[in-house]
Amino acid sequence: MTTLQTRHPKAKRGGFIRWFTQVGWKHIVGLVVIVFATFPLVYILSTSLTKMGNIENFTLFRSFYLGNYKDLLTSTDYPFVTWMKNTLILAGATAVISVFISALAAFAFSRLRFKGRRPGLLALILIQMFPSILGLTAVFGILSKLTDYVPAIGLGTKAGLILVYLGGSLGGGTYLMYGFFNTIPKELDEAAKIDGATHTQIFYKIILRLVAPVLAVMALLSFIGTFGDYVLASIVFNTNQQYTVAVGLQSLLADPWTKQWAMFAAGAVMSSLPIIIIFVSLQKYITNGLTGGAVKG
Amino acid sequence: MRKRNKNFELYSGGTPSLRGTLAKIFILGLVDAGVGFVLMILIGKQKYGFAVFFGIVALLVNWIYLRRGGLPAKYLAPGVLLLLAFQVYVVVFSGYISFTNYGSFHNGSYTETLDAIQQAAVEPIEGAAEYEIKVVKAEDGSILFLGLDASNGKVFLGGENYTKHPWREVTAADGLVVDGSGYPTSLSGVTFLTDDQIVNVEPGVTTMKIPLGPNLDTDGFIATADAFFAQQNRFSYVYDEKNRVMTRLSDNKKFIADEKVGFFKNAEDGELLSEVGWQVRVGWKNYAKIFGDKELRGPLTGIIIWTILFAFGSVLSTFILGLALALVFNDQRIRGLKIYRSIFILPYAFPAFLSAYVWRGMLNTQNGFINNTILGFMGDNKIQWFEQQGAARAAVLLVNLWLGFPYMFLICTGALQAIPNDLTEAASIDGASAWKIIRLIKLPLLLVSLAPLLIASFAYNFNNFGAIYLLTGGGPFLDQSLKVTVGATDILITFVYRIAFSGSIGADYGLASAFSVLIFMLIGSISFFSFKRTKGLEELTQ
Repeated sequence: MTTLQTRHPKAKRGGFIRWFTQVGWKHIVGLVVIVFATFPLVYILSTSLTKMGNIENFTLFRSFYLGNYKDLLTSTDYPFVTWMKNTLILAGATAVISVFISALAAFAFSRLRFKGRRPGLLALILIQMFPSILGLTAVFGILSKLTDYVPAIGLGTKAGLILVYLGGSLGGGTYLMYGFFNTIPKELDEAAKIDGATHTQIFYKIILRLVAPVLAVMALLSFIGTFGDYVLASIVFNTNQQYTVAVGLQSLLADPWTKQWAMFAAGAVMSSLPIIIIFVSLQKYITNGLTGGAVKG
Repeated sequence: MRKRNKNFELYSGGTPSLRGTLAKIFILGLVDAGVGFVLMILIGKQKYGFAVFFGIVALLVNWIYLRRGGLPAKYLAPGVLLLLAFQVYVVVFSGYISFTNYGSFHNGSYTETLDAIQQAAVEPIEGAAEYEIKVVKAEDGSILFLGLDASNGKVFLGGENYTKHPWREVTAADGLVVDGSGYPTSLSGVTFLTDDQIVNVEPGVTTMKIPLGPNLDTDGFIATADAFFAQQNRFSYVYDEKNRVMTRLSDNKKFIADEKVGFFKNAEDGELLSEVGWQVRVGWKNYAKIFGDKELRGPLTGIIIWTILFAFGSVLSTFILGLALALVFNDQRIRGLKIYRSIFILPYAFPAFLSAYVWRGMLNTQNGFINNTILGFMGDNKIQWFEQQGAARAAVLLVNLWLGFPYMFLICTGALQAIPNDLTEAASIDGASAWKIIRLIKLPLLLVSLAPLLIASFAYNFNNFGAIYLLTGGGPFLDQSLKVTVGATDILITFVYRIAFSGSIGADYGLASAFSVLIFMLIGSISFFSFKRTKGLEELTQ
């Protein structure tokens, strides 16, 4: 006890001051950061509830007007529900398929030994560094060729865009997952093998089950990434029935002086709320999903 | 070798389950059915090259999955195929384009360009007769013009096919009936089309060219803009296919197809026949332009400096805030720790493109929330967030800090928790202060495990298109005197994007591709060498 007191001379004073110097001040820091982190979100929530509907929303929560939500959900010029559906299909399919294909490739890189394994991994990382936004001409070229020959996956189709998204997300996804697979001891594979498991059984029944939470996080991050794509979706889709949420909400802001700011805000709230809830509830696993096991969360 | 053998045994053998085998057969069958369908289309469209290529890929896939062994290929094939099609191809294609003059003025092939020039360059034949026309249909189904020359009351008839329906005068002997003012009302052998029918004529009456003589190129033709009046036109140029020379009829000036620049060009004074040319290979010209063009070099230096500042500043600011928060909140004694953490990561969970729009609205100088509420005490001295260079740059850094600090907070927290407690305890028993523990133990360990992520973050921000494009669009555009549009917050990638897709002097994909190749090499080698210096990729680069 005496050694403890010499290490913390302030501890003697006890009570509030001691609590405050050790822990209490952190609450003040926390509150300041909370304000910084949330005020844009609070602002957009408040704007979605204003009747005026332009960006001139200087006093938060002056009104509680749900009309913007109703307008957006019933509008035919801005078919928000359709946009949500489109986005869910696009981002959902991309997330699930890309995580699965990345996991397949990561398994090969992590567990199997073959010629070109190392250069392959390096190539995966480097190819990701190509500024993909500048590959638009090529992507457009591929899609319009496909439109001529296989219209089902050409311009204006979800399948075509999903393929493009998949191609773009595989490199990074595989690399992250590779790192994470490496943290799973190989002894598990060996034990399963002794029990007579094939490589597919090892892959599906052991590795995939063990990393399931991380797979979920990666799928979610991929979902958010696809959800946020504006540029690709806007060149592939032309009619407002085909729009994604990102392209559609952008079309609401064509003129920032009109009522549509509030509708945009309502759309932003409605489309982001489910993502935020899932994200926060998965946060225990997020660090792993972000860093591929390089950093333990 | 021994290791490989052991590995091979570990993942081979065992009895595949019936369900697995059935699933494999089913999926492969589905894929093959799809391939067959596409092959039929390709063969139907006589694209044999594509069909053969596609067929070989499909055979390869079947071979990979049906043979015994070759396990790595079975796991890698789907990913590799998609990567090749949509990522590797894109890089290779951009590399190829960077050696061409592809752009909005050099969009198509030679023949496409030739057609476009000829179709566009039409001029009326001066002093020639004009006609009031009726659109009629001949017995063989061709669409003809029946034209009244009001100056002399003569009526002419003709169609697009000069041998079948040459432009000729018709009279009462041909069965022509005219009304009191000379307008034709009926003619034997043709039916008059109603307005509705005219609208439905394919490819459209207004694009029809009715030759005045056997050679459309030199003799001129009759065309109409509204299906009521027609005039005699001719092409402004005559094309000589053998020598690839265009001759302008008005002054007989000759323009030779110049494969070096992809334009029709006059040999003597260098005059171009048209701004529109065709795609040709230009060698290193685009790269030379990036390094040599004075108009580009000035703004480019500024842009590169700001790009590095922006990327570096973003990584540094988000890392410092994230690290500080992680250090402060890595403390189980804090009540409500979980709630704090959940709220801190909200900016990261909110879709980034929405954040950009929200911030753009909030930072609006006159009507934004920030100037009017948060900085309301400044009265009329409003900060011109999007109108001044300094303020705009501060704004993008601020927004990027908001967007990025939760990521750093998450990974720093993860890395901190991975540091064994014994280490810090040992240090504190030795009498090290809390600050010393952070500075001498935690920080070095943290940097080792986070260095690869920081490098990746730098690479990401270096090309963080969305953060700039959605917030400021690269603006404000203060210097209007430049030939290329350069904004105060333009980073390399937004600047190049503008060259590629919305250039004020027309899109230049060739130049933009050369830029993307250079950016790719730059950021790739920076990452490669910094990875090499860190532990993160030891296995890959040793």
